[in-house]
Amino acid sequence: MLTPIKWLKDYVDINMNAEDLGNLMTTAGLEYEDQKKYGELIENVVVGKIEKIEKHPSADKLVVCQINVGGPENLQIVTGATNIYEGAIVPVALDNSRVPGPLHGHEKEEGGSVIKKGALRGVESNGMLCGPQELGWADKVAPYISKDGIWLLPEGEDRLGESIVSVFDLDQAVVDFGVTPNRPDWLSMLGIAREVKAFTGKPFNLKKPEVKAEGSGKAEDYISVEIRNPACRRYTARIITDVKIEQSPWWLQHRLMLAGMRPINNIVDITNFVMLEYGQPMHAFDISTVEDGKIIVDTAKDGDTFVTLDGKERKIYSDTLMINDGKKPIGIAGTMGGLNSEIEETTKTVILESANFDSSSIYHTSKKLNIRTEAQNRYTRGVSPAICAEAADRFCQLVEMVGAGKVVPGMVDIYPDPEVLPTTKVRVSRMNLVCGTNLDRDTMKGYLEKLDMKVEYTDSADVMLVTPPPTRRDMLEEVDYTEEIARMYGYDKIEYSIPKDNITVSVSKSWALRAQARRLMTGMGACEIQTYSFVSPKGVEKMGLSEDSWERNFLKLLNPLGEETSVMRTILTPNMLEVLARNLNRGNLQAKAFEIGNTFMPNLIDPNDMPNEELSMCIGIYGGDADFFRLKGMVEAFLDGMGIKDYKFTAESEYEPYHPGRCARISIGEEELGIMGEIHPSVAKNFEIEEKVYICELMFEKFLKLSENEKHYSPLPKFPSTERDIALVVDEDILVGDLEEAIKSCGGEILESVKMFDIYRGPQVGFGKKSIAFNLVYRAPEKTLTDDDVAKVHDVVLEALRNDYKATLREM
Amino acid sequence: MNAELEKILKEAKESLAAATTPEDTENIRVNMLGKNGKLTMILRSMGSLSKEEKKELGAAANAAKRELEELLNEKVAAVKAAAQNAKLAMEKLDVTEPGTPVEFGAEHPLTVTTNELVKVFNQMGFTVVEGPEVETVWYNFDALNAPVNHPSRDMTDTFYFSENQLLRTHTSPDEVRTMQTMKPPFKVVIPGRCFRYDTPDATHSPMFHQMEGLVIGEGINMADLKGALDRFAKLMFGEHVKTRLRPSHFPFTEPSAEMDVSCFKCGGKGCNVCKGTGWIEILGCGMTHPHVIKAAGLDPEKYTGWAFGMGIERVAMLKYGVDDIRLFYENDMRFISQFK
Repeated sequence: MLTPIKWLKDYVDINMNAEDLGNLMTTAGLEYEDQKKYGELIENVVVGKIEKIEKHPSADKLVVCQINVGGPENLQIVTGATNIYEGAIVPVALDNSRVPGPLHGHEKEEGGSVIKKGALRGVESNGMLCGPQELGWADKVAPYISKDGIWLLPEGEDRLGESIVSVFDLDQAVVDFGVTPNRPDWLSMLGIAREVKAFTGKPFNLKKPEVKAEGSGKAEDYISVEIRNPACRRYTARIITDVKIEQSPWWLQHRLMLAGMRPINNIVDITNFVMLEYGQPMHAFDISTVEDGKIIVDTAKDGDTFVTLDGKERKIYSDTLMINDGKKPIGIAGTMGGLNSEIEETTKTVILESANFDSSSIYHTSKKLNIRTEAQNRYTRGVSPAICAEAADRFCQLVEMVGAGKVVPGMVDIYPDPEVLPTTKVRVSRMNLVCGTNLDRDTMKGYLEKLDMKVEYTDSADVMLVTPPPTRRDMLEEVDYTEEIARMYGYDKIEYSIPKDNITVSVSKSWALRAQARRLMTGMGACEIQTYSFVSPKGVEKMGLSEDSWERNFLKLLNPLGEETSVMRTILTPNMLEVLARNLNRGNLQAKAFEIGNTFMPNLIDPNDMPNEELSMCIGIYGGDADFFRLKGMVEAFLDGMGIKDYKFTAESEYEPYHPGRCARISIGEEELGIMGEIHPSVAKNFEIEEKVYICELMFEKFLKLSENEKHYSPLPKFPSTERDIALVVDEDILVGDLEEAIKSCGGEILESVKMFDIYRGPQVGFGKKSIAFNLVYRAPEKTLTDDDVAKVHDVVLEALRNDYKATLREM
Repeated sequence: MNAELEKILKEAKESLAAATTPEDTENIRVNMLGKNGKLTMILRSMGSLSKEEKKELGAAANAAKRELEELLNEKVAAVKAAAQNAKLAMEKLDVTEPGTPVEFGAEHPLTVTTNELVKVFNQMGFTVVEGPEVETVWYNFDALNAPVNHPSRDMTDTFYFSENQLLRTHTSPDEVRTMQTMKPPFKVVIPGRCFRYDTPDATHSPMFHQMEGLVIGEGINMADLKGALDRFAKLMFGEHVKTRLRPSHFPFTEPSAEMDVSCFKCGGKGCNVCKGTGWIEILGCGMTHPHVIKAAGLDPEKYTGWAFGMGIERVAMLKYGVDDIRLFYENDMRFISQFK
């Protein structure tokens, strides 16, 4: 909420600069976001009057103006503006002047822009006529008649040549306060002033508006109001006759501009002024467009359309609350008026609407129609229906003050169900319990009264009955008062305490396992990545997975930001491939990466029930020493480190994303644990990867039950071992894993370990064959094995290998 | 015969003095004390001598033998040492050459930050709990006292799967889940992924991480909140930092506050990190709203508590000076490996 300090001083006599005020109110919860100073960087800019406008001799788009700046001679200035006329009062930047800028068609310059005299297309120009933007105003607050041209000043003819800053009191400070949604009353100058009053202790000045009402007749002679939908809680209307539509006086325009609104004309400006002051949105209709002298508040029908003030035709719906006359809609309630009833220069009689609409109705309208206005913003957050009449009076008072028309006596006021804010039982003990304070009842009462709450004591010394002022509609129950008392007391005065408790910390298995996994992976040189939980469905498509694969059974977002983030990931591999591709693209020659994160599957039993969220882990490597066995080594080390036992790798040639000859499934018994291998070159290409990349994806969730991190001690061997190295020549398609299994199954109890340590392919073993070398370690726990002991078993092993795998023994 | 012995001894001493290698010393040993060595021969030739001669010469020869053995041993040791020294000299390295690389990776900076936060809260007795990324409207909004028309419920603010299911917009729903499952008193922190309908730019990400904290028990008050969060700030950012609470508003706490810490970069004088204010907004907090406690099935008259929530990306960005939130999700190895 933009709060001009001088305006605020109308209500509370504070003597503070913007920053001090901002900081004070921040401690009250009215957050000081920013401040803006107007009138700075304006030097040598004076009030002038355009005496004469002539065509530029050599430029069609320029004119030559003679400007009266109070001196004996007029000043010649060339301009390209089109909204000027002879007799207009304008700001004139003299030779060697400074304006904050930006200059028309230029970037804003630090420290403002200097204006010097010069010649424009051969004609001398002794300065510049300024638009509002050049003097530091935002485009959106430039007065309507000046918005794309020179600032046509509403007054100042009597002070030609004087500094624009002093004549128009431009030197102003505005504080921007951040308003929390629970305090819609802070969307008004009075709401902020009341808070400033409460926190500074300064007296509050607000007189009830007095209306002379010199118009003829009575309001109800002109108009009748009917509310047909309870979403309109109150409708008050007043009538202004003899309206003269013109520019508002400067003080009024100035306040609107400082508060961020554009001056349009006197009637519209006053509605906006009262909205800013009271927080009560208002609308003015031209009575000549209102048929049958009736205002009817009712919802529209689906399929109807309506043209709003901004000229846009909009669809309206059966829950859109409309303002209608006897025959047709003339405005969207609380949102925007209709083009058909707009105030125009010819308007003679005006109906002022100061009404109250239900916040949820206006909220839905603004959503459905996609309109955001200042009025709608206030109604959506909630406006007190109690203030309609007073705000309407204030409007009338201002109309009389600026001479915009005559106010007709009386008011139409339909308020079927006046709002009564709840009186709440507030316990002194509860306040002190929640806040850790030790305040007494009188102190609390004092705080609440400063906030205009009505406090009554009861027979119980612990209980007060508190009623809020009408604008504090957020005060509904005891806890709301707890906060108010704490705020007034000051959060900074609440003590710091560290309570003693005997709460102990525990760590979930999932959390511990993820920490363990990260330690293992980083220890192996891999970096952790984190990618979005939502992905593009194209990722798994690019992996070559068929349409009916489970990986393509997505949980889909109804309203994704885009296709790229439209479904929840079912596996981590596509994101990993994208990350690897990005790193390759950026010239990172090698990478080892891993991610641990959730994957999502729709609930197959009941799609409306919660989906399945399961942890998965992905490892991806390329470049450097990356190859299948490097990754396999990492995976094995990882699984060992995680306390996963008895896992095995089996060849997988059917899974589309992987090289058919370089892919393995990882499992424990019948339970699948994951998959790994070299990514299929076509799949890699789909991800714009031209290199070999190796991926492993593991079902991390299963580690929660499979991981066995209990450490066990087995005694160190007491007797020496006997080792045997064997080299077996076998056909190429015999799998190392099978040979190993065979050795283990024949090795009996004395075979302590078997380890493959070499593979040889070449002329010595012949084409289609390979020689595989194993190291076998034999040991008995209770004695030293003799050669005979070992030979008995070892011969069985060799025999089995010869018979079952056609293996021949090669000399070592 | 004695002259002969002395001659042999002299010869042996001279050869030993000249010996430089283990082979030299071995040759001398063989030459003198071996099976056919000169000294051995003398001892062997004694058989033909008289008893007295034997005694005299024997003593001399044995003395010579002992002396020679001693000298030999010394020489062998000296030669070995010299040989080893020579070998070591040959093996001299340029120790300023780089070491053989041993790779280790880095945890993601958001993990690093989360773990730092968790460590601090663990020290203060908080247990980590976690909840689902896909939530229900009830847990994410209704139970947290969010008004029915709250704009955060809009499809322009929140990602939905259906009318009832969404991606959680904060970790707060797990406050309710925790209250439903754990018996007070408890102190928990809840880190996790959150999602809001924001187009990515330098300061926004549609997915981000939060850490929520919740303390529920009997007699828990706002002074406890102040004490604990002040302690947290000092443990996390340094003993010298100060904290302040500003009144604010969240539907799920009342009284609500924002907590600022004094700028840990400039110490409060004002700099670009704190935008000249000397304070950095770090988290939102407040006393858990009775409606929330009640929605979770506990009695708000009996139990009170407090909660806080903070953005993990924000903390990481402040702590490490990262100026673009998108860097966390690009996963450039050159970025991540900086957090080893």
